[in-house]
Amino acid sequence: MTTIASLEDKFYQTIDAEEKIEPKDWMPDDYRKTLVRQISQHAHSEIIGMLPEGNWITRAPSLKRKLALLAKVQDEAGHGLYLYAACETLGVGRDELLDQLHTGKAKYSSIFNYPTITWADMGAIGWLVDGAAIMNQVPLCRCSYGPYSRAMVRVCKEESFHQRQGYEIMTTLAKGSEEQKAMAQDALNRWWWPSLMMFGPNDSVSTHSEMSMRWKIKRFSNDELRQRFVDMTVPQAELIGLTIPDPLLKFNEEKKGYDFGPIDWDEFKMVVNGHGPCNEERMAARLKAHADGEWVREAASAHAARKSNSESRLKTA
Amino acid sequence: MNKDWPLYEVFIRSKNGLSHKHVGSLHASDAAMALENARDVYTRRSEGVSIWVVKAVDILASDPGDSEFLFEPATDKIYRHPTFYDVPDEVKHM
Repeated sequence: MTTIASLEDKFYQTIDAEEKIEPKDWMPDDYRKTLVRQISQHAHSEIIGMLPEGNWITRAPSLKRKLALLAKVQDEAGHGLYLYAACETLGVGRDELLDQLHTGKAKYSSIFNYPTITWADMGAIGWLVDGAAIMNQVPLCRCSYGPYSRAMVRVCKEESFHQRQGYEIMTTLAKGSEEQKAMAQDALNRWWWPSLMMFGPNDSVSTHSEMSMRWKIKRFSNDELRQRFVDMTVPQAELIGLTIPDPLLKFNEEKKGYDFGPIDWDEFKMVVNGHGPCNEERMAARLKAHADGEWVREAASAHAARKSNSESRLKTA
Repeated sequence: MNKDWPLYEVFIRSKNGLSHKHVGSLHASDAAMALENARDVYTRRSEGVSIWVVKAVDILASDPGDSEFLFEPATDKIYRHPTFYDVPDEVKHM
């Protein structure tokens, strides 16, 4: 007889053996819920993440930069779709997911609630925000849930250009005129701390981490990944002559990594709770895009219905 | 609305000589739109030379609960593999 306990045993055996859980396999309710929450937040972040960069497509300084930015934003739409599709394998509908985003019930990454006020912000986003995202996402390729892990493999493969194009923008500006260099430094100053916040709360207070590690959804703790990001990024800033805006930043010989100053978690909470500089603007833009697309969806449905009617008439004739 | 839009599974042949392989899924109002969207979503970097889209509801999948009786009978039939059979060492390749 199959009991919940035996199903649970089998589930944990699969997890411990580093094998994947697939959509039709039995899984604990909380595992499913955790995945739906995480994957949908991730999908929403890709979709909202298009907005700050979309802001600069028409004002990119050259055709090359414009093509790269367009391709990057298009990738983000694609990544949102891979992730929504992965999330739907857990039994939640696309409309339900979009509703959760549109009603504010579901969250997206807070980083996208900061404004993109200069061209250098495109550089800083690619370099820092995508850099931090990649740091988070590479371990997710080994996540225990098959569809999520496969989606992440595609996302990571495509995203490696995002970070490089951002760093190239920063490098070019940093080597440019005084004004351009100042612009790059200003963007770094504004994006550095929010990028560190992307890794989530400190391990000591992180609420979801322990079970996610047990389920092998998560492989490394928030603080571990944050540390790696700092260690990777600081030399990159130095190389192009930019200064990380942290007076407490200092290489620690003992741990072979950088010590850095405290993160302003009050700011993080404020932005998560809807009071960041652009929360309202982002939601308004998303809702408008959805409403403006309504007639297209209606027309496509009407077209599909008419075609299928005329096909069935032909068959019965 | 998406509510009424069926889910399509997408299969891509990466180059001639290889079979189509499942790459993911998407919603579309009809098969033609599914094909167009599959091209935009799944082949932005020359991943394919041919696309199939199939309505997800038309796929009948085996139940993981049946795996034991479906697939386990094969594991003890080692005589289906070439290494089960002894041949003289003098025969180098067979």
